[in-house]
Amino acid sequence: MAKLDSSLKNMILSLLFISIGMSAALGFVYNLTKDPIARASKEKEVKAVKDVLPPFNNDPTAEIVNIENLVFYPASKDGVPVGCAVKTFTEKGYSGRFDLMVGFLPDGKIYNVVVLEQKETPGLGTKMKEPKFKDQFNALDIGILQNKEVKVKKDGGTIDAISAATISSRAFCDGVQKAYTVFMRDIAPAKMNIKDSTNNNGGNQ
Amino acid sequence: MSQIKYFTNGLFKENPTLVLVLGTCPTLAVTTSAINGIGMGAATTFVLVFSNLLIAALKNLIPNKVRIAAFIVIIATFVTIVDLVMKAFTPDLYATLGIFIPLIVVNCIILGRAEAFAQKSSIMPAILDGLGMGIGFTLAITLMGSIRELLGNGSIFDIKLLAEDANTILIFILPPGAFITYGYLIAMMNRMKKRYNI
Repeated sequence: MAKLDSSLKNMILSLLFISIGMSAALGFVYNLTKDPIARASKEKEVKAVKDVLPPFNNDPTAEIVNIENLVFYPASKDGVPVGCAVKTFTEKGYSGRFDLMVGFLPDGKIYNVVVLEQKETPGLGTKMKEPKFKDQFNALDIGILQNKEVKVKKDGGTIDAISAATISSRAFCDGVQKAYTVFMRDIAPAKMNIKDSTNNNGGNQ
Repeated sequence: MSQIKYFTNGLFKENPTLVLVLGTCPTLAVTTSAINGIGMGAATTFVLVFSNLLIAALKNLIPNKVRIAAFIVIIATFVTIVDLVMKAFTPDLYATLGIFIPLIVVNCIILGRAEAFAQKSSIMPAILDGLGMGIGFTLAITLMGSIRELLGNGSIFDIKLLAEDANTILIFILPPGAFITYGYLIAMMNRMKKRYNI
């Protein structure tokens, strides 16, 4: 078959034909991958919640609370609150926003923190994922800190910043602080029965 | 098999990254680790093979004056397919490659092969050419990723090869390191081509 010449009719028909074919292919693939994508993102969320909290047996993703752009996942074991995971963020990172998942015990102590999404400098800011930095937050009780604020040592706080990545370290503190403030103000009094669960949690830590 | 030369062409003689110096954006940006190199290479190879195949098959139906538009629609479709599939089945890799997957659309290697090769050839050579170019690209950026990861982070494919507290040359996983590594690799490639007279 000879090549179609570039008449207006041919050009329109050819592009139309190709666009329709390609759209159909895309629609097909989209339908095929829609469920796995939703599942993958939910699994990631559930896994992050599990990582930052002591064992629980409810479904925290079913009881999500949204306050000030933070997402709270209250967790309980046999009906007793064991803590709350908070999906928090900071805009102060070296490359803008990054997301953290912070797990609080009912009394406001931090259980664990994981980094969800970040674009920090590889080899510098990304060290915030490593235990050496991140584990400084474990069992940290922000409530007993000066002004109830978590800060790096350079700013008069208690956290050892990552060398050559002070901005990322500061941003990390900022994200945690944001989660703590809202958690203590809105979630802890309402959802965490503080007296009961501190006793329950003694063994878990 | 005389057609095998279409395949080997892209591996060495006309390696898209090291000889044609096409697709430098992903080459420099994603090669901070070896696994990124493989992921990016595989995604690009997939797009390259299928866009070459389709363009070779449809070449007589595409009028000359709108060929670039038609090629881009075809390429963009396959890139979106890769994007969706990676999001669904390899979410971790997707998270690290992030923005660079959609950017395969504007990767010069793909449009370059469509324009220079696929639109003039029949289907089988076009597939082989896409495969060869894709694998050549993958090899080159995986090699580059391995070098940068080893020098900058002391590991290859996330396997630590140096002691935990060894001093690594951080600059190699930062953008300047990409240019340095790339320059040396191109120089090596030129020397090899001269030496073996290819």
